[in-house]
Amino acid sequence: MTIHLSIILFLPLATGLLGAFLPRGLARWAVLAGTVAVLAYTVALLADFDGGGGLQYVTDDEWIPELGIRYQLGIDGLNLFMVALTAIAWVPCTLVAAFRQHDRPKLFFFNLALAETAVLGAFLAQDLALFIVFFDLMLVPFYFMIGGWGTGDRVRATTKFMIYTLAGSLLMLAAAVALGVLSTPDGGEISFSLADLQQRSVSEGTQQWMVLLFALAFFVKAPLFPLHGWVPETYRSSPIVTIALLSGVLSKVGVYGFLRIVLPVMPEGAQHWQELFIIVAVFSILYGSILAFSQDNLRLVLAYSSIAQLGFIVLGIFALEDKGAQGAVFQMLNHGLVVVPLFLIVGVIAERARGSESLSELGGMAFRAPVLAALFLIITFATLAMPGSGNFVGELLVLFGTFEDKLVYGLVASVGVVLAAVYMIRVFQGTMHNRPGPDVEPGEIDGLHLAAIAPLVAVIVALGVYPHFVVHRTEKATTAAIQEARGIGQEVANR
Amino acid sequence: MTLPLAEIQAPDIDYKALSPLLATIGGSIVVLMVGLLRGRFVQTVLVPALTAVSLLTAIGLTIWIWDPGVQQPILEGSLTVDTLALGIAVLVYVAGLVCVALSLRAVAARQAGHGEYHSMLLGSITGMVLLAASSDLITLFVGIELLSIPLYVLCATELHRRTSLEAGLKYLVIGSVGSATLLYGLALIYGATGAMQFDAIAAAISSDQVGLSDPLVLTGIALISTGLAFKASVAPFHQWTPDVYQGAPTPITTFMAVATKAAAFGIFLRLFDHALGLSQLEWGPALAALATVTIVIGNVGALAQRSLKRLLAWSSVAQAGYLLAGVVVGSTLGLQATVFYLAVYLLMNVAAFAVVIARERVSEHGDDLSSLENLGQTQPWLAWPMTIAMLSLAGVPATAGFIGKFYLIDAAVAGDYAWLGVVIVVGAVVSFGYYLRVVAVMWMAGHEVVLPTIPPRQVKPVSGWSPEADLRAQPEIAAIAIAFAAATILFGIWPDPLFDAARDIGTSLSGLR
Repeated sequence: MTIHLSIILFLPLATGLLGAFLPRGLARWAVLAGTVAVLAYTVALLADFDGGGGLQYVTDDEWIPELGIRYQLGIDGLNLFMVALTAIAWVPCTLVAAFRQHDRPKLFFFNLALAETAVLGAFLAQDLALFIVFFDLMLVPFYFMIGGWGTGDRVRATTKFMIYTLAGSLLMLAAAVALGVLSTPDGGEISFSLADLQQRSVSEGTQQWMVLLFALAFFVKAPLFPLHGWVPETYRSSPIVTIALLSGVLSKVGVYGFLRIVLPVMPEGAQHWQELFIIVAVFSILYGSILAFSQDNLRLVLAYSSIAQLGFIVLGIFALEDKGAQGAVFQMLNHGLVVVPLFLIVGVIAERARGSESLSELGGMAFRAPVLAALFLIITFATLAMPGSGNFVGELLVLFGTFEDKLVYGLVASVGVVLAAVYMIRVFQGTMHNRPGPDVEPGEIDGLHLAAIAPLVAVIVALGVYPHFVVHRTEKATTAAIQEARGIGQEVANR
Repeated sequence: MTLPLAEIQAPDIDYKALSPLLATIGGSIVVLMVGLLRGRFVQTVLVPALTAVSLLTAIGLTIWIWDPGVQQPILEGSLTVDTLALGIAVLVYVAGLVCVALSLRAVAARQAGHGEYHSMLLGSITGMVLLAASSDLITLFVGIELLSIPLYVLCATELHRRTSLEAGLKYLVIGSVGSATLLYGLALIYGATGAMQFDAIAAAISSDQVGLSDPLVLTGIALISTGLAFKASVAPFHQWTPDVYQGAPTPITTFMAVATKAAAFGIFLRLFDHALGLSQLEWGPALAALATVTIVIGNVGALAQRSLKRLLAWSSVAQAGYLLAGVVVGSTLGLQATVFYLAVYLLMNVAAFAVVIARERVSEHGDDLSSLENLGQTQPWLAWPMTIAMLSLAGVPATAGFIGKFYLIDAAVAGDYAWLGVVIVVGAVVSFGYYLRVVAVMWMAGHEVVLPTIPPRQVKPVSGWSPEADLRAQPEIAAIAIAFAAATILFGIWPDPLFDAARDIGTSLSGLR
């Protein structure tokens, strides 16, 4: 029993609350200090983490005994790097916001801090009900940030975002309560602890509809192909910092839920829908890639590319092979690490083009801004999974995992890798090369954005050089997560 | 032949158990008498203070006689002062105190006369507690009438506003129809079972003579549920709700919304889960269908509202549907979840209505949504409570509303009504459509929020630019809003006290699953 995770979890919220009582100008620095402290703490955890062990730094207390909800946190290979991604992503985004966000700063930074606490909570929770509490809670600060500080038709966009995601997550709530109640043995106490739920079981038919409701919530959040209706408006209207976090970190909570909850707790149900989920994933890869290629707005290119990338991750998970799942977990980290700086670069570009984010009006920036172009190029290569990048390793593992049993889907998905190269190079050329657009005033990246983006690029390069650092630590937990569903799949095949 | 007087046995009267009722009846008489005195001090200070003292005494007495496990009826079986009755009583008393505070500077109390206004309020409160504690059919009917008649009058206390008078009349007519239906149902149950007391009815239904599918019993149950559904604004008997909520003086609306609902669900629980508990298989599906209809109609109806009071009225219809789910399952868990949700419902609705009162007193938009425009910047101390109340009503985590919904879904699934849990959740998703609009108007520069296409009304602020309309003259309103919103958050994070109370109340009805 340790207190470390509770400190990490509530430190951002505490600084946000503190900021609310400080003078106007100081709130941002309090929150920024909080995010840096969380990052430092996470790095210490990372160094201390035992790759061979199971759940570590476990915190386990009663919260609401009547409902069987426990305050249960822990870290293992599955969420270690998700927590790290959250901690890493929040620092540059808060930093940029601290210098750029001047309207009602107290409220904005309170929301930013609350969002970090909620996301960390969703990753750390080892109790299903606690997970759902944080999963729903994280919508609230994003609702306020998009609606209060966004642009364009923001209120409509943020309402749509909320209702879409809540429709998914509240149905998941119903399924989760049903899971807790139905799995309670006669005379036993109700429990939502994931470890308990894994021991208890519900009938296969019940699992099937529950998995479907969980998947609905996670697919909306990710987002994947048929459930992405909220994406265009939300991405267009959000503040750039918010959308970087939404796309880079929040989208991972959904796919993480598959590995943490659906596969270990409801293996029969998950196995039953394997084919459907793979098809959804493959469709997302193709649909996202093709739309990313045809969009003019930079944000939307990234939005649709995210749909494709998350398709890859879900494909890796539901291949139900060790390699595929490891690739998926690695890719969750990689995608977060490239999307956050990509959105920040979109912000830089827009600042130099009188706010334009449209490819047809941009171009020719590389001449005057070699550093910006170089950073952008590294991130672009990482995104399109150039050999030597972490994304290459991740996507390769996903495809290997898929080839083993689902060759056809794997082949179709490989097309996505090619398309990724096409749309990312199109973005790079459209902004950096070509003739400068009418409103473009090329200029070098400013110190603020350099300080925010350069460390992220360093991490991307480091992971490309030494992917083993991640894979070694996640291997054991990932294999354990899919083990049961995989075993059932093989049983079915043998019959 | 003469009947010797000495042979008539007067029933034993347990004054200790009756003491909270006596406190409010006594208070009602004293307040009425004192209110006859003229003078500003008596009217605006002494009368409300005496009312508050009466209610606080009642709360104190309730806590004094709080004793989990007592199920024995008193007064020859006409009243059961158990933890269920006392729990509902506490909610009603708190709602009454809130109403007194909100009425301090209200036009309604001035126009109707403070003495009469507060006396009727205490009378209605007595009726509610009597209803929640009643354990025979006669007491039930007396309780419901004592609750309703003062409320009909209170709705019409803003004598110079047509809509207030209209609300009173409408409530009177529809309420009477509800009462008549209820009375007919009670008569049929008596006819079928030959018993007045709930214990005896339960025994008769379980015996061989009456049988579970006796047509008289079933018709009686149908008519009783109709009558109670009128009071609890359960669809399709809810049509009066938006009009009456909007027309009545807002402090009275607040009281009506939370206290009437608590009392109505108190008797719903006692009558259906206790007296008719054995026939749960017969009425369960019917009530579940009512709950579904209520959830759908309430949430869809609220989507098109511009008036905050109407919006909250429709939302209260939807919430009645959620509450009904706890009754349907007929289990101890359902009983606890319903009472828990009633308490949570009180907290969040009081916070929301208090903000509406504060705004309609000073804004030329009255209770229109646009009266909240940009409140986040101009009056954050009002905007925050409203935001918290809306998020809690919608069921966002870290608010008490989330835990309440979780508990209700838990009870529904455990009672083999998993589909009703899904209906609750779907209703909650729809409800975000209108709750979030309120939040957006306050924080996200109102003119960008798409409002329903009903032309906004230009109305005179309720206090009519009088000194009472001054912003500084509403400290008690803001204090109530902030206190109840804070409690909503507190119980969302640390709900143990509410769960303890709910567990005590769970012991009150015997024979539940």
